Amino acid sequence: MLTALALLVGLLAALGAVAVPLAGRPSGARLVFGATALAGLGLVAGGVAGLLDGPSALNLPFGPPWGPARLALDPLSAWFLLPLGLSVGCAGLFAFGGAHGPVAPRELAPWPVFVAGMVLTILAADGFTLLLGFEAMSVASWALVAHDHAQAENRRAARMYLGFAGFGGLCLVLAFGVLAGGAGDVAFAALRDTPPEGARAAAVLALVLAGAGSKAGIAPLHVWLPLAHPAAPSHVSAVMSGAMTKVALYVLARFAFDLMGPAQPFWLGAPLIALGAASAVIGALRANLEEDTKVLLACSTIENIGLIAMGLGLALAFRGADLPALAALAAAAALLHTLNHAVFKTLLFLVAGEVLHGALSRRLDRLGGLIHRMPVTAWAALAGVAAAASLPPLSGFASEWLLLQALLAAWRVGDIAFQMGVAAATALAALAAALAAAAMVRFWGLVFLGRSRTPRAAGAEESTGAAQYALLLPAGLTVLLGLLPGVMLDLAEPALRLMVGSTAPQAGWFAIGAAEGGARYWPVPVALLVAGAVGLAVWVVRRRAPAGVVVGPAWDCGFITAPPHFPFGDPAGQPSAAGFGQPLRRMLGAGLLGAHERVTMPAPGETRAAVLQAGFADPVLSALEGPVPRWRDAVAAQAERLRGLSIRQCLGLTFGAVVLMLALLAWLGAH
Amino acid sequence: MAVVWSVLAQLLHIALMLAAAPVLTGVVRWLKARMMGRRGAHPLQPLRDLLKLLRKKPVMAENASAVSLAAPYLAAGAAMAAAVLVPSFARGMAFAPLSDLILVAGLLALGRVAMALAGMDVGTPFGGLGASREMSFAALAEPALIVAVLSLAILAGTTNLDAIAGAFRDSALGLRVSLGLAMVALFAVAVTENARIPVDNPSTHLELTMVHEAMILEASGRHLALWEYAASLRLLLWLAFLAAIFLPLGQAPAGAAPQWWVVGLAAWAVKMGGLALGLAAFESAIAKMRVFRVPEFLGAALLLGLLGAVLLFVSTGLT
Repeated sequence: MLTALALLVGLLAALGAVAVPLAGRPSGARLVFGATALAGLGLVAGGVAGLLDGPSALNLPFGPPWGPARLALDPLSAWFLLPLGLSVGCAGLFAFGGAHGPVAPRELAPWPVFVAGMVLTILAADGFTLLLGFEAMSVASWALVAHDHAQAENRRAARMYLGFAGFGGLCLVLAFGVLAGGAGDVAFAALRDTPPEGARAAAVLALVLAGAGSKAGIAPLHVWLPLAHPAAPSHVSAVMSGAMTKVALYVLARFAFDLMGPAQPFWLGAPLIALGAASAVIGALRANLEEDTKVLLACSTIENIGLIAMGLGLALAFRGADLPALAALAAAAALLHTLNHAVFKTLLFLVAGEVLHGALSRRLDRLGGLIHRMPVTAWAALAGVAAAASLPPLSGFASEWLLLQALLAAWRVGDIAFQMGVAAATALAALAAALAAAAMVRFWGLVFLGRSRTPRAAGAEESTGAAQYALLLPAGLTVLLGLLPGVMLDLAEPALRLMVGSTAPQAGWFAIGAAEGGARYWPVPVALLVAGAVGLAVWVVRRRAPAGVVVGPAWDCGFITAPPHFPFGDPAGQPSAAGFGQPLRRMLGAGLLGAHERVTMPAPGETRAAVLQAGFADPVLSALEGPVPRWRDAVAAQAERLRGLSIRQCLGLTFGAVVLMLALLAWLGAH
Repeated sequence: MAVVWSVLAQLLHIALMLAAAPVLTGVVRWLKARMMGRRGAHPLQPLRDLLKLLRKKPVMAENASAVSLAAPYLAAGAAMAAAVLVPSFARGMAFAPLSDLILVAGLLALGRVAMALAGMDVGTPFGGLGASREMSFAALAEPALIVAVLSLAILAGTTNLDAIAGAFRDSALGLRVSLGLAMVALFAVAVTENARIPVDNPSTHLELTMVHEAMILEASGRHLALWEYAASLRLLLWLAFLAAIFLPLGQAPAGAAPQWWVVGLAAWAVKMGGLALGLAAFESAIAKMRVFRVPEFLGAALLLGLLGAVLLFVSTGLT
């Protein structure tokens, strides 16, 4: 299976090269997108086979100068192939359905390379190959983010993305360096033999958290994500949010649970829990304030990545505190949410793409009422929205239930400071989940419900064929994953064993459990119970109430009737994106995101209109755009002075450097 | 035999919850009216209202979608499913293994989202206003709820509602400060979730601060009946939930013979009456607060819940 997957990586990379001449042909783009959709299917098959068959390894006949490039397929990498494959498959199918005629080569060629990079990262079994895949993924996705470079905001997004990607890659190089130590062998098998201890372990985790976390969007390195993900074409946004962030989390999990060895203290999980909680709340709150569909969804990705990071951190803490069953529970929550989020976030980004295609806008304030024009998209989106809002019995609820159970059991670790921190993290996780529900109601309600806000939204057209199946497929999977989380946990068992050396509490295929004999969640009976209750309500109402409805105009709440030049009613008579976010902006935004509202009233007698300005700024982004460039300029100004040195000073500088090096060498030799 | 009893108890419980919901709403209204010096409508008035509404044909806006048609049924179904899971007079009912606290919170969230979407369906200003406020309040109530659940889960070792009720009934936990704090936090959450004073006013229409009524402004006829019934069920299930955990006295234990049910039913009726009296007195005694004061109210609940959990950590038995 591993050989087939390695061949797939090669084929995808070759497809990237072939895509340049293919892009100009009428059906060239369809060929490339169709091939990646099939590749997604192959990745899912490879993942399932890897989980069922057990680990395998492969040394390629080429590689870096010091040895072969190593690949391996163990349960952990096999599990992460599932979200990757599902996301790539659905996105490829969507792009296949939407591609009519030639596509610009810069939009087409990086796409298969991007997928190949992600697969290579997951399959890598040495540091070099992993970094190669990680960087291929970064660079290819950067090219896709920058595809529409005519717009200044996309250029800005691509620049910032490249900066963060470079920073992340650098941190990962350093992490491998610190982990490998003096021996310098970066093969995973060699790294496992020399697990780091104490400060070195903390340094490795900090570097990985910065390196993989900046790619995954863990706060405070999340600010590029709401800029870059929306700038890419919709199917790429879907894969960046659905799969690429998960690949970064895979790197994090690979380091924390495999390469660093099992003998780590419990407090190593604390930074992950804290940063995860911060990401979850900031992402969910921003999702309530953003006014662009794709930006909103990217912020929701930050929230979900935060939840997964909390699960990983808890698993690390439980493992360190020698509570293997709870560690498996937390790890199961993280793995399951990884898969569930990949599916529903891919779906929602594709929906945003379909809406952009049909109604020609990403702004919530230019959409509305699309359920009448795009019914299939609307109902498919509802499945994803309900899962993202963690409503039972959909997939998001199952994994968040597991995460809450792990959080509620975290007091067993025993350390009082940790207990208090985790109690606060529990509150933050609940806050994030409820904020996500609010954000999803806002998203779906403003896009699909109400009246059309623009003529273009009123004339929206829905795609048919493959693009529609690309929405229905993940919608169906969201329902299925929600109803049968037990099956997926069963499949994840080898991965859990690899991560924490224990398996999640066994509860059968139709339930998931918090602990042996503890609380259980049975999705299928719950779904039947709700369906039965709805059926009872329908039956009673049918018996007692007259059939049919009377249709009349909507009550206008006292507004005057809209004049005829407002064909969709008074625009002020409908909640706007900023208006819908107002309560949360006032309640939480002022403290966390520096949200402000300013009313400028004209002086008496003045004829200008009163202005209400509302907005917010991510504190990290303001810091990044304020002090950091100033520091950079100061450093650059100092460095510039070197150019003005005379020949004597230049020679003196060189001489001084040599003397310093020799002194360092002598000092190192003496110790 | 135990299985038969548990199924019978479950069926009786379902019938009881479905029948008691409108009566409880009527009793609370009647009690409030008496406290304010009015005669008040008959306690069965909500039931009569429901039957009247069922007979009327709903009027729907021209641009209403299928969401307006389906949401009331989904909300009522979710409320019923949640009410089925909260134990009333007996423990160990057939659905007891399902009755997880987080699941009940999830089912309530399902109903809330259905209601918010129904409020946004037609695109009227009030519906959207109510929906955005409702979801914002819920976002603040959820952490308080889960932190209170944390205290319960630490003491009982599980989040299963039936098991928590059993643990608190049987294992003489005594009076714990943490439980008291959790109870206050849960009461504040219950007040918010049921749109009661001081967060919202259940008996006003067309007031600028209203939340719940704003979302169902467009509903009429059988749809309005379903919304009203779901709201009654939510009030009942919250009170039953508080009673099951904090006043477990008299509840028939799991697998007990039916004569215990009579005791349990009587005890439950007394408890619910007491809680209704307490709620009516609480609502009559205080004024509704401004919308943007609600975060302080719920923030205080969250802090009390956290304080309860921290007290549990500090108390020697756990560290």
